Amino acid sequence: MSIKKVTQHPTQNEALIFERSQTGRVGYRLPELDVEETPIEEIVPSEFLRDDDLEGLPEVSEVDVVRHFTRMSTWNFSIDLGMYPLGSCTMKYNSRLNEKVARIAGFLNHHPLAPEAESQGALKLMYTLQEDLAEITGLPGVSLQPAAGAHGEMTGVMIIRAALDKRDGEASKERRVMLVPDSAHGTNPASAKLAGFTVKTIRSTKDGFTDMDHLRELCDEGGIAGLMLTNPSTVGIFEKNIREICDAIHDAGGLVYMDGANMNALVGVARPGDMGVDVIHLNLHKTFSTPHGGGGPGCGPCCCTAELEPFLPVPRVVKEGESYRLDSDQPNTIGRVKAFFGNFGMMVRALAYIQTHGDSGLREATETAVLNARYISHFLQEDYEKPFEADPMHEVILSHKKQARKGVHTLDIGKRLIDYGFHPMTVYFPLIVDGAMLIEPTESVGRQELDTFVDAMKSIAKETIEDPDLVINAPHTTRIGRLDEATAARKPVLRWKPDMETSAKSA
Amino acid sequence: MRYIPNSKEEMAEMLSDIGLSSPEDLFRSIPEDVRLKNELNVTRPLAENEVIAEMEAFAANNPAAQKTSFLGGGVYSHFSPTIVDNLIQRSEFFTSYTPYQPEVTQGTLQYIFEFQTLVCQLTGMDVANASMYDGSTSMAEAFLMAQRVTRRDKVLVARTVHPEYLQVAETYTQHGDMELDTVGIDEESGRINADELAKIDTETAALVVQSPNFFGCIEDVNRLAEIAHEAGALLIVVVTEAISFGMLKSPGSCGADIVVAEGQSFGVPMSFGGPHVGLFACRQKFVRQMPGRLSGVAYDKNGNRGFVLTLATREQHIRRDKATSNICTNQGLIALAATIYMETMGRKGLKEVASQNAQKAAYARKQISAIDGYSITFDSPVFNEFVVTAPSNAADLLEKISDQDSILGGIALTQYYDGHENDFLVCVTETNTKSEIDRLVVALKSNS
Amino acid sequence: MSNIPDNLKYSKDHEWLLVDGDTATLGITDYAQDSLGDVVYVELPNEGENFNAHDAFGSVESVKAVSEIFTPVAGEIVSSNEDLNDTPEVVNDDPYGDGWMVKIKMDNSGEADALLSAEEYAEFLESEED
Repeated sequence: MSIKKVTQHPTQNEALIFERSQTGRVGYRLPELDVEETPIEEIVPSEFLRDDDLEGLPEVSEVDVVRHFTRMSTWNFSIDLGMYPLGSCTMKYNSRLNEKVARIAGFLNHHPLAPEAESQGALKLMYTLQEDLAEITGLPGVSLQPAAGAHGEMTGVMIIRAALDKRDGEASKERRVMLVPDSAHGTNPASAKLAGFTVKTIRSTKDGFTDMDHLRELCDEGGIAGLMLTNPSTVGIFEKNIREICDAIHDAGGLVYMDGANMNALVGVARPGDMGVDVIHLNLHKTFSTPHGGGGPGCGPCCCTAELEPFLPVPRVVKEGESYRLDSDQPNTIGRVKAFFGNFGMMVRALAYIQTHGDSGLREATETAVLNARYISHFLQEDYEKPFEADPMHEVILSHKKQARKGVHTLDIGKRLIDYGFHPMTVYFPLIVDGAMLIEPTESVGRQELDTFVDAMKSIAKETIEDPDLVINAPHTTRIGRLDEATAARKPVLRWKPDMETSAKSA
Repeated sequence: MRYIPNSKEEMAEMLSDIGLSSPEDLFRSIPEDVRLKNELNVTRPLAENEVIAEMEAFAANNPAAQKTSFLGGGVYSHFSPTIVDNLIQRSEFFTSYTPYQPEVTQGTLQYIFEFQTLVCQLTGMDVANASMYDGSTSMAEAFLMAQRVTRRDKVLVARTVHPEYLQVAETYTQHGDMELDTVGIDEESGRINADELAKIDTETAALVVQSPNFFGCIEDVNRLAEIAHEAGALLIVVVTEAISFGMLKSPGSCGADIVVAEGQSFGVPMSFGGPHVGLFACRQKFVRQMPGRLSGVAYDKNGNRGFVLTLATREQHIRRDKATSNICTNQGLIALAATIYMETMGRKGLKEVASQNAQKAAYARKQISAIDGYSITFDSPVFNEFVVTAPSNAADLLEKISDQDSILGGIALTQYYDGHENDFLVCVTETNTKSEIDRLVVALKSNS
Repeated sequence: MSNIPDNLKYSKDHEWLLVDGDTATLGITDYAQDSLGDVVYVELPNEGENFNAHDAFGSVESVKAVSEIFTPVAGEIVSSNEDLNDTPEVVNDDPYGDGWMVKIKMDNSGEADALLSAEEYAEFLESEED
């Protein structure tokens, strides 16, 4: 018997919803209007009414929509499918329990402008999370308002700016230099600019640490407002001189902001507040596992010292006796960074994560995340160049140096990993390592899967020698191959139109 | 810990494989003096049902969530088809990352492309991005973009824009060269005060107006566009109630240059203010000055159509301090919810839901205006929100009907505007039944 | 091995100059376009804008990188290559011909003389490789 194969499986061939649309199809039903209908022009003058009849909007049934999204979803790799070793992104397990509790009706149906007295549960939850994050970071002032990491960074550096302005008055104008290591995330310099700072870049040493001599030299040049430091750094190494670094900045009159992107290497083990850090942001969607959701939503709380607390965004959630209150009466605040109080739904999930782990579980997660990274590092260092000697924390940096001699580069190695059933690692970041591959297994991967990953990486290293084209042309197992990104950027087609297909192809 | 696959035994073996003897050895690179000596002072680990019980207890203390509500003001209670929340819980969507590797993220890239298209269609603009955090930050980013596009530093904002949005913009712009100025309110119409528009000049980068505005009033966007353009400024239109797109003339067709909106109304729960989703759209010629991610069409070498993140050189991971914005994480999953909502409701549903909002609000407005002692504060046409002047202090009145009648009757304006002690903002959506509206009327009447 | 025509002058920022009297045509070198990869966008100044020597007058973008372009000589822009708006890939295909970027009227044509010759630029590239 032979199996007849259709030319293309429906799941591989899902068109855009606009191309699927059929005039007259309907996917919803509303209750019938239960008030007496008024002619619409009597409610809104016709000059303000839409006159395009929403042409082009899709007309589809409920089944069409469900199949559409279900089919498209199968084109995504996900944490639930397997190891997603994106360095710096912390793709750990997203618990279903967190999703469930965030959907409790008393949270979902709660309006942010409901009276405070009738919102005590929500405010108490926020206050509880603030207390936990203060304990975890060793920094007592907490605002949950920022919506994501970069938003928390902006908040953090604006707090520094406000604190210096308050401390130095007019003289603060001479203090506008924000130091950022060359290994930093791009969000750091972009956030510093929003707070009106000029960025100066600190070099890293060949061992991957902040160059202390260069740091002191920059401090001596003066005008230092502060430092934005990721610790462990973006190459996954703990800054052993963290105390000295903070001291140098403080001696120069500046304040230290820590990018908490890698906080999952420290929870329960060490606290930024004990290192001399003044302000930090956390990524609840990384360290505390509120899902990444294909690019968001995040939540980027800011934690700071008691001295910086008056500058946090308003409103603040405070406790008075047994009740909770929103306090906007803070004369030194940097202001509001978002309407309402932040991504509350993410706060619920993060608190559920903390409660589920508890004191011992939070530390166990950190230990396991670091162990898993060390394990990968140990077993791959013969096959791939490991640019820095120091022991990695929660993520491992490797480079393509050995493979590049055969014409195989980081991107190719990442794409080939897809054929082995893994999502690629973070590629070409940080910029200080040529052909960087940043691998973060997280604690959510067991030993067998780590072994499979190590085997895959070793196999790719071998293929690089024996059949480099196999790697260079990867992936071979996906619905589409590598896309022509240059043409896409030269003639961008950013929305569907009836003639889109022809115009995009002629580009 | 049940989320961690390895057993204690496996962990011990792995430690020994790499030549370590205890977990503490993993942290030797952290100087002794900054290592934590004790366990964190947080709760002991809780079992699944214990966590649920804790959370239920928090939620039970939000009595407002159970009440009949006429609250709006930037966050709205709307119907959301069951499939919206169901589909966004597919693992492939909610446990994936930003689609930087297109071969294994086509699902995300295609829905972003559909989202961008839908936002363009509804706003009447040429291009839209993959989303911003929310309406308020989207507006602040629009100010910065207008400054880059026009190379002018002054932004004129109507005071009829959501007051919290304005506060966010003040925070965002306090350290740049931007000068924010406001245009007052016409106390008759509840619209922007046209007499103050003379403030617009050749230094003005943008005029910013919300429509329907914070008071629910529909602004004359066409005319405001003409005024802005005459001075060589851009017109930025803000929309907090996205359902209005289904009925009102699109900002793009009225001449807007940048449209920013809050997309929460598209099937996203209120969740005490977030996560929601910011929409951001503009004219084609400004695309390289846009903040945020963009998904675009691309083909592989076999001619298969796919999608990639494109024009990435605008963004922080490449252009660092010269980027168009510092945004990285956006609201991906909420943009997905909004996309599913818009597609499920579709061309017919988006019109019908908008119409029901307008009809029910018109009914409520008429009923309330007939109560002795109550009046409708502004005479402009509205969509689904309107301001009511009560015979006494509005905040006290609202507290009373909440306690006595279990109705959240609206938002007292005093928290945002001086001199409006007796005024409150009422929002009526398709989820409010006629009997709920009638109950509100009775409650107000008994306090006249 | 990258192409380095003899008749041009070169800067260490990998721009080339074709001098004709007091006007110079300027673009990026074959080496520069090759390092950048597929050029997707070129941002150029308007006619009439003035620049000092070593100022950035525009930028070249590939899919994942942006590079500023510097003028090695001071002067006024008399012409920008508008064809690059629609076909930026010409910078890759023909960097010394149709891929030219601006014509600049030099304040001091002596400045061009101080730039590298083809031979010197080739040596410079070699020293960079080490």
